[in-house]
This record gives sequence, structure tokens and C-alpha cells, in this order.
Amino acid sequence: MQALKIFAEHYNYVITIFLMVAGLYVVVARGNMVKKLIGLSVFQTSVYLLYITPGKIVGGTPPILDPAFTVYSNPLPHVLILTAIVVGVATLALGLALVVRINEAYGTIEEDEIFAKDDEQ
Amino acid sequence: MTAVMPHLPALQVVVPLIGAILAGFLRRGTTGFALALAVSWLMPFIAGALLWQVLAGGPISYHLGGWEPPYGIEYRVDVLNAFVLMLVASVGAVIMPFARRSIAFEIDERGQAWFYCMYLLCLTGLLGIAITGDAFNAFVFLEISSLATYVLIATGRDRRALLAAYQYLIMGTIGATFYVIGVGLVYLVTGTLNMQDMAARLGAAFATHPHSVIAALAFLTVGVSLKLALFPLHVWLPNAYAYAPSFATTFLAATATKVAVYLLIRLYFGVFGPALNIQKLPVGELIIGLSIAAMFAASFIAIFQVNLKRMLAYSSVAQIGYITLGIGIANQAGLTGSIVHLANHAMMKAALFMALGAVFYRIGSVRLHDLAGIGQKMPLTMAAFVVAGFGIIGTPGTVGFISKWYLAVGALNAGGWPLVLVIMASSLLALVYVGRVVEVAWFRDVSPACKDASDPPLSMLIPLMVLTVATVWFGIDTQWTAGFAGKAAAMLLGGLK
Repeated sequence: MQALKIFAEHYNYVITIFLMVAGLYVVVARGNMVKKLIGLSVFQTSVYLLYITPGKIVGGTPPILDPAFTVYSNPLPHVLILTAIVVGVATLALGLALVVRINEAYGTIEEDEIFAKDDEQ
Repeated sequence: MTAVMPHLPALQVVVPLIGAILAGFLRRGTTGFALALAVSWLMPFIAGALLWQVLAGGPISYHLGGWEPPYGIEYRVDVLNAFVLMLVASVGAVIMPFARRSIAFEIDERGQAWFYCMYLLCLTGLLGIAITGDAFNAFVFLEISSLATYVLIATGRDRRALLAAYQYLIMGTIGATFYVIGVGLVYLVTGTLNMQDMAARLGAAFATHPHSVIAALAFLTVGVSLKLALFPLHVWLPNAYAYAPSFATTFLAATATKVAVYLLIRLYFGVFGPALNIQKLPVGELIIGLSIAAMFAASFIAIFQVNLKRMLAYSSVAQIGYITLGIGIANQAGLTGSIVHLANHAMMKAALFMALGAVFYRIGSVRLHDLAGIGQKMPLTMAAFVVAGFGIIGTPGTVGFISKWYLAVGALNAGGWPLVLVIMASSLLALVYVGRVVEVAWFRDVSPACKDASDPPLSMLIPLMVLTVATVWFGIDTQWTAGFAGKAAAMLLGGLK
């Protein structure tokens, strides 16, 4: 019962940790370079949740000063994560561009096949 | 001048950023080079003025956009990061003339302007990490410099450069994301992103949420260690340095890992140190253990490398081990050794990689057997290689000796005399891998690969000579390097009490 209560109160962290670990696992376990990048994206996305979910306060309003309200949600995490999303998109775009070039140079995007090709030389 | 002086901290970052944007519009390599040279030569003046201001009047706090810290982003310059800024700016300025011929030789005409654009962006990111006093802002600059670095590496001619860039992108992004997770956890328990404010609030936060703070420390340590290539998180580094263009390798080896080390020092001694006695956690022991492993394993692997750029890359991993060793020892002499080795290693490694870049410019190869007898053909270049190589070994009279002296004194003061033996034993491994190159280059018959070689043009030779002379000069006159490092160490350790 206790465990269920903790889960119910912190379910946002449970989702965050699941995405974090799942993303990292895909990066490590997959040999396909595009799949690795997808894993990396999932991993980065989990951090967005880590920042944003605690920023929302139940019953809180947008942070506009008004005598009628005393409880405000924190807007700063949204701004930080907007920056992090931009970084994530740039990383993914650059990663995919590199994969395209690797595919042109090696004719494959499977990591073990690429290593085998380099060892032949 | 009086209108500009108060805004120097912002200009330090904004000038290369605008330079990078302008370089993005250029199409010709020569104009790109001229722009990069102008920006690079301006940087040491700004960094020098900041250092002078800090020495005269104490730390500078610059409020970006006029927003008061801790709400706005604060650029905070004290002795430590003024020293790091000066280091990055000076290295960039000294090696820049080397770039023109080296880049023209190694990169297609249509890619050259882009290369300089990425170089300036990388410089922006590195200076930004060093100057900012905001933990999240440091992440943004970390990613700016990293993304630019991936492109710099991928511009190498060999197709394995693409693979090295991809692997670094994966590992670098994991490292940066770990860093953000760590910052996020600290933000959750303290509600602030300003490093000084964090330090003030972490003590109370540790009392209520000890697990979150320890988890944050672990995430930050692993994240930054990936960036600074602490053994065994170094696997991205050898390939990246080996296949990147010579100039990119020179710049990255001298500055990128150093700035990451600075970030680690700042987090340990500037943020976590004052709040919770970091010695209570086994962080120091862990860092010392990994540093020793780096000093031996990486030096040992370096001995068997045929590609000399790869050999120097492994040597870099070993040298980073010395730097982190001083962080682990964490007393006045040890930390001084760490900080002074940031500068000393930057000089020596930049000189070594530039010498190899000059060799590659002349004979198109950096494989050991192609370099047989090259000392007779390129005497000045290889003489510089030997002097800087002595520095890596730690011979008295070179900067390498100064760093190792401070580290050894620090180890003795901490009661760890076996560490002194370890430092000496690992220097012997350096003697083997440097000596192997010296033997082949000077005492063998001239190989067919380098029979037509000669010393490179002056634009490449002068930067190499400047850094080689600096390797000896700062090995004798340590007032500028070890003097500042000692001040920075005293300031950092003062925060611990």
C-alpha cells in the first residue's frame, strides 16, 4: 500500500526514469546507427520531463501577478527546456547528417559491418 | 574605452559568436581565415584585460541584460576562470596562423570557410563555459562547443573521421545529458541555477534531500568526465584526435578537454565543496584511482601506436590523468599542480600536434615508419617535437616538470608517498613512447616517404616555435603559470573551510 502511494505521488518521476533507462539501453544495445540516435532522443526527452513536471503546481496559475491568486506555477523550467529542445533537435539533425555521410562512405549503417570494413584495410 | 571596459565579459563570448555567424556567410577559405585570425588575435586582449581587472579588484560579476543574479544569468570572473580564459584565448591566437596552409592542404576549398565558422563557434562555446556563473548556461555553451567539435572532426579526410565524429556525438550527448540531469536534480532541491547561490543553498538541501544531492553529484561527475575523457570514459578521444584535421586536433587537444576539467573543478570546489565536505564522500579516492589507471593504461597503449596522432591522443588521456590526480588529492600543492598542468599540457600538446601537422603537410603521413630519418630533413620541426616531448616526460627545465613537482609535493603532503612513485613510474612510460619516435626520426636512415621533405613555411613554423619556447620558458619562470594557479587553488580551497 505504501509503495502504491509513493508511486501515485511520484508517477511523473517513474515515467521519466523509465524513458531515461530505455533510451540509454537502446543507445548501448543497438548496432544500427539510426536506432542509436532514436534511443539518444528518447534519453534526452526524459530530461525534459524531469525539469517540466515539478514546475507545475496543483492549483497554481500562470505567473501573472494578481491579488486574487497566491499560488503560481514555475515558468522557468519551460524556458530552460525550450533551450534544451533546440539543443536536442540540433544534435539529432547533425547525427542524422553524419549517418547519411557514413552511409555514402561505407555503404552501410550497421556498426559491426563498418568495423569489419575498416579492419580489412 | 571606458564605455567598453565594463562589458568585456560579454564581449569575450559575443565577439567570436558574431565572428562565427559572419564566417557562415563567407564562401572563400582565405576570407574565412582572415576573419578567424582577427577574432582569435582579439581574444587574448579581452582575456588579459579581465585577468588584470580581477587581479587588481577581485572577482567581476557581470549581469547579462541587467537582470540581477540569481534570477538572471551572471558571468562571474575570478582568478581561476580568468586564467582558463587567458589559456584558451592565447592558445587560439598562437596556433591560428598555422591553420591557413594546414587547412588549405587538408580540406576542400568549399569546406574551408565552414571550417573557420565551426572553429569560431567552438571557441565561443569554450570561452562561454569558462566565463559563466550559471550552471544551465554552462550546459548550453557545452553543447555549442560540442556540436561545433563534432563537425570539426567530421571534416577530416579519412572516412573514419565520420565514424569518430558519430561516436563522439553519441558519447558527448550522453555526457551533456548526464550533466543536465545533475543540474536538474540540484535545481529541484535548491531552486536556483546560479552556481554561487547553489553553493549557499546546497548545505540546507543536503540536510533534507541527501539522496538527491548525492545523485546529482554522481551525474555531474560522470557527465563532465565523459567530456574531459577521464579513463575509462575516454574511448571517443583517440579516434577523434587521430582522424580530425591537424589544426582541429591541435586546438581541441589544447583547449576542449581543459575547459571540461575547469568545469569539474568549479563544480567540486565552487559549488559542492563549500556546502558539503566533499571529502566525506569517496569522490577523491575514486578520482585518484581512475587517474592512476589513466596514467598507466593510456601511456601503455600509446607505446604500441603506429599512427602518431593516435599515440599523442592516448598520451593526452594519460596527461588528463595527472590533472585529475591533483583534483583528487585536493590540497594546495596538488590543486596548483592540476591547474598549472592545464596550461602546461596545452602548450606541450599543441606543439606536438602542430609538429605532426607540419609533417603531414610535407609528407602526407604520420605513420611511424614513414617518419624514419625525418629529423635530417625537417630539423626545426623535429627539434620542437623533441623539446615538447621532453615536456611530456617531465624533464627538469620544461613545463612538464613543474606540474609533476607540484603534484608530487601535493601527494606527499596528503601522506601518499606511493603516489609519488606512481607519478615517476608513469613518466618512464612516457619516456618510452616519446623516445621511440625520437629514435626513429633522428637515428634511422631517411625513408623514401620523406626524402623530399623540408621544414614547413614560416606561417606554420613560427607558431610551433613560440609554443616550444613557451614549454621551456614557463618551465624556468613559473611566476605567470604556477603563480596564478597557486592563487586559484588557494581561493578554491578557501571555499572549503
